[in-house]
Amino acid sequence: MYIDMEELKDQEIGEYPSFPTSNGVFNTELTKKFINRKVWETPNPKKIFAIIPGTIIDVYVKAGQDVKKGETILILEAMKMQNLITMPFDGKIKKVYVVPEEKIKKSHLMIEIA
Amino acid sequence: MSLKRNILDLRKRKIEVQKGGGDKAIEKQLAMGKLTARERILAILDENSFHEYDLFVEHLARDFDMENKVLHGDGVITGTGTIKGSPICIYAQDFTVAGGSLGLMHAQKITKIMDHSLKMRVPLIGINDSGGARIQEGVNSLAGYGEIFFRNTLASGVIPQLSVILGPCAGGAVYSPALTDFVFVVENISKMFITGPSVIKTVLGEEISMEELGGARVHCEIAGNAHFYAKSELECFEQIKTLISYIPRNNTEKAVKIAPKEPLKKYKIEDIVPGNSRLPYDIKDIIKSITDNSDFFEIMELYAPNIVIGFGRMNGETCGFVANQPKYLAGVLDCDSSDKAARFIRYCDAFNIPIITLEDMPGYLPGVDQEHMGVIRHGAKILYAYSEATVPKITVIIRKAYGGGYIAMNSRHLRADFVFAWPSAEIAVMGPDGAANIVFRKEIDEAEDPEAMRKLKIEEYKEKFANPYVAASKGYVDQVIEPLETRSMLLHALSVSANKSVSMPRKKHGIPPF
Repeated sequence: MYIDMEELKDQEIGEYPSFPTSNGVFNTELTKKFINRKVWETPNPKKIFAIIPGTIIDVYVKAGQDVKKGETILILEAMKMQNLITMPFDGKIKKVYVVPEEKIKKSHLMIEIA
Repeated sequence: MSLKRNILDLRKRKIEVQKGGGDKAIEKQLAMGKLTARERILAILDENSFHEYDLFVEHLARDFDMENKVLHGDGVITGTGTIKGSPICIYAQDFTVAGGSLGLMHAQKITKIMDHSLKMRVPLIGINDSGGARIQEGVNSLAGYGEIFFRNTLASGVIPQLSVILGPCAGGAVYSPALTDFVFVVENISKMFITGPSVIKTVLGEEISMEELGGARVHCEIAGNAHFYAKSELECFEQIKTLISYIPRNNTEKAVKIAPKEPLKKYKIEDIVPGNSRLPYDIKDIIKSITDNSDFFEIMELYAPNIVIGFGRMNGETCGFVANQPKYLAGVLDCDSSDKAARFIRYCDAFNIPIITLEDMPGYLPGVDQEHMGVIRHGAKILYAYSEATVPKITVIIRKAYGGGYIAMNSRHLRADFVFAWPSAEIAVMGPDGAANIVFRKEIDEAEDPEAMRKLKIEEYKEKFANPYVAASKGYVDQVIEPLETRSMLLHALSVSANKSVSMPRKKHGIPPF
């Protein structure tokens, strides 16, 4: 069932926002945890994000370079382990967003493939 | 040495050891806004009821110059006493002695009082205020933790186990509280985490304060590791005393019965639920309009508030209440609320406490995050817990009971003993909007004005199916009752269920969807 969130705004009753469920729309307070929940985004395979926070040890590719699937593109050290990040498919590097020794957080964009 | 001198010597020794870590360390403890371990025990227990053991235990560390150090009581006070006359085993880690660090003898004092409480079948209260493992004692301190965890597990479901976090409780130490039934925390004092802010910063580069990472509020509201939140130690101690009054001392007994009282007149059960079923209300008002003296002792108030759990008394006897809360998220079931309710149901079942379920919820919460967090697995816990429970189980359907949620909330099909419904109940396979769209799709699509037809069909569906009478006609609902009859029906159902006896298939244990 498709729910138009804009339309719901008009249906607010008093202080209670509208809340859609699979069994209808209700007016109710929301919890902090619900408001702060992670909204789903379809993953883009061309963007390589850090799966774990850590330090970039080395970057082996440059923008514009053709790289084959499976080749190591950079090393991300985390939890005392050097993780080899490899190319997910054949392609050209569009942009490199990290430099060696850079400390990055989880989900930091490291490399973009054209 | 004459006996008199022996006695004087004993007194001197006691006074010396009872100083704990000495005046300076005590001053530091007080400066942190904390009471000392001994003050805490005395404040929780009845006056003059505390009896201490193992006062003269000394630590066994022989490396790193530890052999020359005196650690009074090895940093933990253990003993027995009473709360409102009910016997209790208790221990309190003493932060003034080597930071309350856990060495071999410290752990042995704790496991000894734990063994005692299990043997005597009385509740155990553990007060945690410790820097963690005593590094100088190496693997011995790890052994100590392991021995404690093992006993927590053995005693689980036999005696009530309460953990009170009144200081740091970090690393492996957190797993003893996690294995116990109820965890109490106090604002600005309790700190619980597996890895602290400094480790997280060096390893992962994430900066966070101790309070934001593992403070009292976080554990009560976000993580769900703690059950009771207090602003001060004294408020926390009152919560402990109240809880003890509601629960039996072990799994073979019932909670102490007190004099029955009628609910307060200010809770008018017929005036609480709004006519428009889209609108929320506070389910706790309904609970209070049913329970003795309108008392309701809520557990995990801040966590997953879309479900309410706690104890109230009916005719003087403790009952566990599980109630959807339409005030928050329309009372939906989700990962957190399922966890919260399922664990409480199992607690009540283990300790002979009848369960009263008040139902008003539109089903499970939709969303990618819920599905990916495993709402299937978490939601299954509530089905498992209700199905497995053999204590008296009574359900009152107040308003919405749709789909999977109807089944989960202690339906007849999970062997509820009694299912009552108010005339406002809407028991259906799904909400009228969705159902009408599916069942009458053809009529709606083919109508000249599909929107008008949709509205008409939704109304038609509501009229025909969103009521308690279809379920009542099949015997799934035992009786449709007036709101004002709720308390008397519950009291009667409870008295009829007093000698309930069911047998379950023999097994070592089930495999609940942990």
